[in-house]
This record gives sequence, structure tokens and C-alpha cells, in this order.
Amino acid sequence: MSEFDQLYREVILDHYKNPRGHGLLEDPGAQAEGQNPLCGDEVSIYVSFREDGDTIDEVKFSGRGCAISQAATSMLTELVQGRSATEVAALPKDDLLDEIGIPLTPVRLKCALLGLSTLKLALHKAKGTPLPSEWAGSSNDLDLR
Amino acid sequence: MAVTAQTRLDAHRLRADFPYLEELFNAKPVAFLDSAASTQKPRQVLDTMRDFYEHSYANIHRGVYRLAVEATAGYEGAREKVRRFVNADSTREIVFTRNATEALNLVAYAWGLDNLGPGDVVVITELEHHSNFVPWQYIAKRTGASFAHIPIDDLGELQLDSLDGIAASGNVKVVANNLVSNSLGTINPVEKLAEWAHHQGAIMVVDAAQAAPHRAVDVQALGCDFLAFSSHKLCGPSGVGALWGRRELLEEMSPFNLGGEMIRSVRLDQTSWNELPYKFEAGTPAIAEAVGFGAALDYVTEIGLDAIARHEHELTAYALERLAEVEGLVAYGPPADRRAGIISFNLGEIHPHDVAQVLDWEGVAVRAGHHCTQPLMNRLGVAATTRASFYLYTVPEEIDRLVEGLHKVRKALG
Repeated sequence: MSEFDQLYREVILDHYKNPRGHGLLEDPGAQAEGQNPLCGDEVSIYVSFREDGDTIDEVKFSGRGCAISQAATSMLTELVQGRSATEVAALPKDDLLDEIGIPLTPVRLKCALLGLSTLKLALHKAKGTPLPSEWAGSSNDLDLR
Repeated sequence: MAVTAQTRLDAHRLRADFPYLEELFNAKPVAFLDSAASTQKPRQVLDTMRDFYEHSYANIHRGVYRLAVEATAGYEGAREKVRRFVNADSTREIVFTRNATEALNLVAYAWGLDNLGPGDVVVITELEHHSNFVPWQYIAKRTGASFAHIPIDDLGELQLDSLDGIAASGNVKVVANNLVSNSLGTINPVEKLAEWAHHQGAIMVVDAAQAAPHRAVDVQALGCDFLAFSSHKLCGPSGVGALWGRRELLEEMSPFNLGGEMIRSVRLDQTSWNELPYKFEAGTPAIAEAVGFGAALDYVTEIGLDAIARHEHELTAYALERLAEVEGLVAYGPPADRRAGIISFNLGEIHPHDVAQVLDWEGVAVRAGHHCTQPLMNRLGVAATTRASFYLYTVPEEIDRLVEGLHKVRKALG
């Protein structure tokens, strides 16, 4: 298998070209924006919950990014549907990486995990689940607005 | 600790690793006795850096291509080596800086400006290097905090009975101290100070620039909150150093330098910071130097920090004994067993610059001056000292040559 085929395997290209969960959610139960400082990719995540207020009913995302980040976020929306906020907040990144199933260098790993990290940030903001470590310390960001 | 054969090092053998130590001056190698200022570099470090530049070099972190990935792995691999060297919990707590001085400035600015104010007390010691003195003096002045010092006794050891008085003078927020004094070699009781600092609700900042080359430094055992050291004092290249900080403190802190790499996103009216440790690493860092730093840590670790400490204690004891033979020589600092391989001294009224100049003609390299410790010089009542310092490649014959040279200095200028 060529290196191209290994990285951009069919299922990745399928999720990239036909992303599941792409779009916005009106009045989401949780929401956050994430950025990958390495390449400038951005993603916004919207979550709606079922009546119990804890089970994830639907995740949608918008933004721009490379094939890996878009495909990974698309897969993520399917992976977490029907799971509880607490469970997803603690979801090991390997669960998503197994789903993606391709070898990733550290830089591309950041692309693949942007959606998950942003989803966890959204759950933290809405449900008080633990803040993922990559977001710690962002409290003193510079804001002139 | 049981002393075994493995804890000894063979300085004569190690000298072969250092190209400069093979060069001859008047048919003799230079007795290089200025390692406390900066050490010579072994081939293992030089080769690693050359190899990295030749085969693995590109800018780090953002590149997708293989070379950039390899360069990033080298740089981040060095961070892991620093983490292991100081026994930190996570590489997120390891920030690469230019040197220990920049690391200490980072803490003084990024922590100090947001956390200090009138009524607060910043505590340093009388034997601090200016690098751990002036930043705190400056930030104390900027924030309205007061600035107190722990005095030393006549042996150059901290007078801890002054602590109660300092605690009564205000709200102690920072205690900053070097683990080993660069002028006197004194090993300071940082563990005790850290405990006292925490009891006051203060943070403990340790300047380990002089300690890290000479003894095992364990941030958990020291109980400190920040620790700074430089690569160039432990066989690594200049231009790179490291700051270890407790994660929760680093997370709360504002950034220090601003620009590339330390951001998460930038808008016209809003900027957010990157995650640790990158929040504190603005701009392209000293990449190959960091890799060389890692190679230097491997080098000294393989020799063994305990073996290095023991070697230095033995050399220092020998040097103090031999220096006592020189008429009119006054050596400062504590006994050999309570200091690293550093000896400051004066020879009668002869100015240290003249001492060092004559020694240079004899092929003996020592440092003369205030060693960036002017408050200490004032305490000792001198303008300057001559300082001889030893490292893992120093051999007793070099100390003999120092002593012979000092006899010549006395004859010529005494």
C-alpha cells in the first residue's frame, strides 16, 4: 500500500468528502470553539442532549481544516452519539484513534484530535466535566473586546 | 550512601572526550579552572549537534514533512531528558529558555507581576547570583512589594535564624535561592527553605545553574515550585536552558515572551495562548542546542552525578589544603564537605585581575571579579575575588599548577 493510500485510506476520504454531522445546531446544549495552533485549523462543536440532560443526542461541527481533522471530527460525531457527557469527557483519545486507524506523526495527531479536544471543552463549559489538559491555563488569554 | 567503585570517575580518562583539553599552550595543556562560568564540551555533545544539523535539521512543530517531524522529535526528546534529569512529573512542566537567567526572569515577570503587591515580601539571599537577585529586586520595586534578604555568616552559609524576623515584616510571597552558590560553592538548605516558604504561603524559586552540573537535582525531593538551570554549565552548548515549574502555577501564569508558537489563535481583538509548555516558548528556539543539551544530560548522567559530586568534594578538599600553603591567601566559604567544586580566594592585597593575568601566563585559567554577586562581595568586604572551579575533567595536577602559579604571583606582585 502506498503511503498516500495508508494515510488517506478510503474511509478517511469518505468522511472528508461527506462529513457526518457537518453544520450548525440551533440552541445547542453545549458549544465550544477550538483551534490547532500548529496549522490554524478551526472547529466549532455543537452538542444537543436528550431529555435526561446528560446523554448526547447529536453532535455537529463547522469550521475548516485538513482532511485528517475533518474526517476525524466527522467520525467523532458518530462515535459519541448516545453516550453520556461524563463518559465522553473521559473518552481515551485512543478510542478515536483506533477508529481512524491510520499511522499519524505528532503534528497530524493534533489534527486528528482537535475535534475531540474541542468537544471535551464544550462539555466542560456546559456540564462541568473535567477540563482536558490541553485547555488548562487558557483563563488568562488576551481579550480586548 | 555506600561508596563503591562505580561511584568514582576517572577524570584522566574523561579528559580524552574534550578536544580543548588536548590542546597545548607552551607545551602543556591549559589548566582550565573556570568551569563554574562555563564548562568545556565533550565530543559526544559536539558530534550529536553536528549530526543533527547535517541530517535532522528543520524548523520544528508545524512542519508536516519527514525532516520537520524528525527535528521535532529531537527537540521534544531533549525535553523528556530534562524532565527525567530533574525528576519532574511531566514534560508539560519543562520550558526551554535561553539560559537559567531567562528562566528566572520568566518567573519574576510572569508570576511576580500578577501576584505581588504592597505588603508582600520577596526574600532572596546575600549570596544570590545577580540573575536570581536583580529580577526580584526589580519586580518587587515595580509591584510595591518589599525586598528582604537572608544574611550569611562568616563561612558563607545562610543564617536561617533571620527567617522569623523576615516573616514578621510582611506577607512572604516568594523565596528565591541558589542551590549552590556560584561564588563560594556553598550548598544551600533549599529543602528547609522550601518548607518554610510554603508555611508562609510563598513559592520557592530555585536557581540550580551551579547545582545541576554537580549533584543530582530532584524537584520532588527539593520541594520547590520553580527550578532553573543552564545547559552550558554541564557540558552542553550555550544558548539553551530550562525552567521546571509546577503545572498548576504555570497554567495560571500569563505568558512572558509573545509571538510565534506560544499562541493558540490570534484575532484583531483577541488572542489565546497555547498549551503548556509552548505558552512560554515564543519564536524559533535553539533547536540543535536543545538536542545538544539532551546529549550533555546523557553524558553527565552516564558518568553519574554522585560520582561527579564526590570527585569535586575530593578536589576541593585537596585544593583547600594546598592553597593554605600559599602565604597571605584567604579562601572564602564553608568546608569542603559542604560545598561544590568552587573556591573563591584573595592573595594579600594583590588585585584578582592581576592574579588571574599572571596565572594565565602560566597556562592556568581562572576567573577574577565579582562573579555577578556584588552584595556578597560587599559582605565579604572585598571588591572582587579570584575563583578557581572544578569539574568532572579536572585533575589534581591542575590544582598543583594553580598553587605553583600563585607562588609566582606572590613573588612578582606581593
